[in-house]
Amino acid sequence: MPRAEKTFRKESPVSAFLRAIGAVAWKDLAAEFRSRELFTAMLVFALLVIIIFNFALELDISTRRSVTSGVLWATFAFAGTLGLNRSMSIEKDQGSLDGLLLAPVDRSAIYFGKVISNLAFMLIVEAIVLPVYSFLYGVNLLQPGLMLILLLGSIGYIVVGTLLAAMAVQSRTRDVMLPILLFPVVIPVLIAAVKASEGFLSGGEAAAIVPWLNLLIVYDVIFTSLAFMVFDYVVEE
Amino acid sequence: MIQVRKLVKRFGTKTVLNGLDLDVREGEFVALLGPNGAGKTTFLRILASLSQPSLGEVRVAGHRLPHQAAAVRARLGVVSHTPLLYGDLTAQENLRFYGRLYGLSDLTKRIDEVLALIGLTARRGDLVRTFSRGMQQRLAIGRAVLHDPDVMLFDEPHTGLDQDASAMLDRVLKSVAAQGRTVVMTSHDLARAETLATRYDVLSRGVIVASTTRQQLRNSNLLAFYKRSLAD
Repeated sequence: MPRAEKTFRKESPVSAFLRAIGAVAWKDLAAEFRSRELFTAMLVFALLVIIIFNFALELDISTRRSVTSGVLWATFAFAGTLGLNRSMSIEKDQGSLDGLLLAPVDRSAIYFGKVISNLAFMLIVEAIVLPVYSFLYGVNLLQPGLMLILLLGSIGYIVVGTLLAAMAVQSRTRDVMLPILLFPVVIPVLIAAVKASEGFLSGGEAAAIVPWLNLLIVYDVIFTSLAFMVFDYVVEE
Repeated sequence: MIQVRKLVKRFGTKTVLNGLDLDVREGEFVALLGPNGAGKTTFLRILASLSQPSLGEVRVAGHRLPHQAAAVRARLGVVSHTPLLYGDLTAQENLRFYGRLYGLSDLTKRIDEVLALIGLTARRGDLVRTFSRGMQQRLAIGRAVLHDPDVMLFDEPHTGLDQDASAMLDRVLKSVAAQGRTVVMTSHDLARAETLATRYDVLSRGVIVASTTRQQLRNSNLLAFYKRSLAD
């Protein structure tokens, strides 16, 4: 077979960057669609947590409303850790992380591709858990404001979690390393998300909710920028 | 095509490469031989830009490492003993993924060519986790040549393969090398290395201790040369 003509696309660096992000995200989603390993683990874990809370905390109607945001975010944080750990350890175990790092693209494209797929898994789990929670706890969670908080909180959690998962996967104790690294760093996200969710669920005033919303937005922007700058060093041997 | 000068690589207090010098000309097929722990894999990882040198100068295809790593990676294909593939994707999907990552145009045509080269056209739609080790290794070569690299690095590609799979892999390796690419391959299989390569370098304790070519070996054999090199 003759050698191929050099067939690299002629495109701008930004287009190449976006194309690489899309390729990594597509690969993760397609592989997960087949295996359903990661998604199933996250979903089952999340459902078990809210069921356990339901039986452990025998609450009256008004108290249920007040604990809802805390229970929800604790559930999503624990389930999210499972997914984050698995998404990087799959690459490491198959040895395919080297395959990604060998590509002639900015390595932060790999990071953003992973962020998109991890965020997709987390949002799908949240979309399934919310109606189940509403049914079990008798609380209406289908509110646009709450959806916005879930999105911003999930982005903050995933941008930090994906970066730290890439660090933790290099360690032999990666399963315990990720939560130890992650939870102290995402405390601002969890506090802001819980407070803002609580504000929406209790029909609080905008003045009480907006500062927490701003904190979530600032956190998302800062940590996304930070990850963009340091991911290359994190995966370097 | 590859120039390495006084390359040193340290992991903490342990020095794995200790002032290694090497030149590989365009189109050469170099077998890098040596005992376990000699530094072969570390050296290939530095050439592949997966690891940074502690000291020294490395140039691949005219580009300096680690500063011009992306330019090097665009002209480099790497095959190791792990195939760097995704078991839950089909052979075609794996190649398509890497093709998109490398920014290749006319990808469908190129995938068809590569699958034909490695003899996996009939299995293109099957999940890679259903492949034998030999088929996975052939697909790994397909992944590595997809972007038509000028330099190829093989890190013990025959590890874990049976005789038939190794023979099939040899045919693919010869085909890849015959296309004028520069190849560096590490191996413990001297007989196989002797057949495939045109030059043989022995690496021991982090430096090249001996080097010979197929022509110079005419009245000897690689095993004798290898033993003599390590004994000196």
